[in-house]
Amino acid sequence: MSALIRLTDVSKRYGDAAALLPTNLDIERGKTTVLIGPSGCGKSTLLRLIIHLIEPDSGSITFDGEPISTDNIDALRRRIGYVIQEGGLFPHLTARANVLLMTRHVGKSQEEMHGRLLELCELTRFSDQLLPRYPVELSGGQRQRVSLMRALMLSPQLLLLDEPLGALDPLVRAALQKDLKKIFARLQQTVLFVTHDLAEAIYFGDKIVLMNEGRIVQKGSVTDLREKPAEPFVLEFINAQRGVVLT
Amino acid sequence: MNSVRPALVGRGRRARRARPIGRFLLLLILFASICTANGNPVIIGSKKFTESYVLGEIAKRTLMDPGIPAEHRQGMGGTIILWQALRGGQIDVYPEYAGTITQEILKSDRSLSLDQIRESLAKFGVGMTEPLGFNNTYALVMRHSEAQRLGVRTISDLRRYPQLKIGLTHEFLDRQDGWWPLRERYALPQQNVIGIDHALGYAALANGSIDIKDAYSTDAKIEQNDLVVLEDDLQFFPKYEAVFLFRLSIRGDAIAALRRLEGTLDERRMIRLNAEAERTKNYTRAADLYFNRGAASANSVGDSFPQKLARWTLRHLQLAGFSLLLSVIFGIPLGIIASRGGPIGQLIIGFASVVQTIPSLALLALLVPLPFFGISVRTAIAALFLYGLLPIVRNTATGLQDIPRSLRESAVALGLSPFVRLWEIYLPMASRSILSGIKTSAVINVGTATLAALIGAGGLGEPILSGLNLNDHVTILEGAIPAAVLALFVQWFFDLLDRVLIPKGLRL
Ligand SMILES: Nc1ncnc2c1ncn2[C@@H]1O[C@H](COP(=O)(O)OP(=O)(O)OP(=O)(O)O)[C@@H](O)[C@H]1O
Ligand SMILES: [Mg+2]
Repeated sequence: MSALIRLTDVSKRYGDAAALLPTNLDIERGKTTVLIGPSGCGKSTLLRLIIHLIEPDSGSITFDGEPISTDNIDALRRRIGYVIQEGGLFPHLTARANVLLMTRHVGKSQEEMHGRLLELCELTRFSDQLLPRYPVELSGGQRQRVSLMRALMLSPQLLLLDEPLGALDPLVRAALQKDLKKIFARLQQTVLFVTHDLAEAIYFGDKIVLMNEGRIVQKGSVTDLREKPAEPFVLEFINAQRGVVLT
Repeated sequence: MNSVRPALVGRGRRARRARPIGRFLLLLILFASICTANGNPVIIGSKKFTESYVLGEIAKRTLMDPGIPAEHRQGMGGTIILWQALRGGQIDVYPEYAGTITQEILKSDRSLSLDQIRESLAKFGVGMTEPLGFNNTYALVMRHSEAQRLGVRTISDLRRYPQLKIGLTHEFLDRQDGWWPLRERYALPQQNVIGIDHALGYAALANGSIDIKDAYSTDAKIEQNDLVVLEDDLQFFPKYEAVFLFRLSIRGDAIAALRRLEGTLDERRMIRLNAEAERTKNYTRAADLYFNRGAASANSVGDSFPQKLARWTLRHLQLAGFSLLLSVIFGIPLGIIASRGGPIGQLIIGFASVVQTIPSLALLALLVPLPFFGISVRTAIAALFLYGLLPIVRNTATGLQDIPRSLRESAVALGLSPFVRLWEIYLPMASRSILSGIKTSAVINVGTATLAALIGAGGLGEPILSGLNLNDHVTILEGAIPAAVLALFVQWFFDLLDRVLIPKGLRL
């Protein structure tokens, strides 16, 4: 079975600075791939290239074998869920309206969608009592659960998560990590997960992709990274977070 | 008298050549003209001062008595506006002075006989009656007591008192037979010269803020305020015999009726009519006096104050409301385009900003000579519309630009189409800013709509204008207070609207 997403020699620069050097990467089906690396190394850039918020300067990206371009991106975006650190919920819409936003534009029936909504509430452990609330009336953790429901609403083939837990306090974060992992397993979801926290990467990652200064330094399991570091930076990065890893 | 300078005529002509903008405005005007359709009565115009009002009323009665339908648009502005309106066919008749025609309209530097004037006017399709009988020339006036104390009797005597303060109407300051040539002829030394509204000038003269001002020899205020006319000992001022100008194309019986007024009004009679108009604040009644009827005739029955107030307010709301609607219809799409930045966005914001820097009076004067505008409600609405544009365009643009990038990208990443993104996400999120732009526009429009009276479009500016002209504070307040209340009401109404239109999630 081929990879769901394949990046071939994809690069992106802003003015003189390269945000992403020519990069090759496969995202495998049914697995969670974690992108990790120091701030500014190009993780978000890579995600934004996949969902076509920005266009690559060179190279190509395929989704399920189909090259992503401006022509087919609207259809493809409905097959991809995208969650960012701040949640990206629209403040003028209730939690329910945020989650159902896309469904009105893809021609699904009301009942069907209502059923799906309750299913997602249960999956993400979000109380349906809170659905009529506006984003400002929810806690950070609740907001991220709503974002996740919105991303999962149309049963996407791919879930792109850009530091979804970055803004949460440790307790809420730990609870959500647990829930997310269960959800991914239950849905056999293909996930591309960005974090700069090594412990989180190890917890989620079937495969860890370590990036630095716009390029991929090493891919593999955490054991690979620890025992066969491709270059000194890998150990440097691991050691800097050792305290966290050991717990 | 008024503040429209000859220089504006040149600007008006240039504006006519600005095609794309012209066409854009034309479209609006088509829209606006729907509400201003009327029959074809003879339209009489008058300038913004008592005597012109009274002559306008006399012409109206003269036409209506034999059954010719006539309308009087009072106090539309100065010579250039009236002349352009006559040429453009927005009015059919207005009272003018032979000297003004020679100097300001025909721009001749020598004096012309009445026949020469008539011949020149015919080229414009305009006819002229014989003189009505009085000569209303310019004059310089001074407080009687002051003149006696200093021993000033003629304009030449002023040379001895360089410290005297002079306040002149803007028109007199700019006329070819006005201040600068007069000063040169008489070698006057006074440096302290200011421009001031005609009616306010009398108040300034009375309280000593100025010592000398310009006036017309038939001005009733000369007697009322105990002023003296300084003798024009070098015969500088040309003769200003009053006549009616009319379009040669109007119905023959109307011309015949106007001609019956020739030679029937001497100076004393005109002063009396002017004095009556200023005393009673009622031009129609002064005109009745001309027809020797003390009793009010059918069309001079004055409305009661509540009736007038209702009429003014309604018209005011129509002007402000209709122009606001246009500002919203055009302003929001322009703001959306402007929010994308780039040269086009800058052009839009730039255009709206420039329009707003044009003084409102000048904007009206610029629009009047354009085809389709003229002296009409349309012009007032177009000017108000243009004024209302900037706050809406700017607030729409900034409201959209202020949406965080992460939220814009979330909308894109969801796969929503551009239209849905705009309509369901971006515009609601910018609604607070857009509505506050509309509110600003509405308040500006309600305030600026008072100027519409200058071009005869009515509204609460009407009492303000005639009050200013008569130096009658009560009449001014009759318009000014309701206008202020209206502005407060509009503010309150939009505050209420905020609560209905801004999504709840943005108000928490
Ligand atoms: N719109 C932009 N214009 C210019 N430079 C940009 C832009 N977006 C990103 N960059 C630059 O590209 C580089 C990679 O940015 P990116 O957002 O991918 O980093 P990141 O790995 O997600 O970092 P973080 O962990 O802090 O989110 C950075 O140096 C950033 O400054
Ligand atoms: Mg990032």
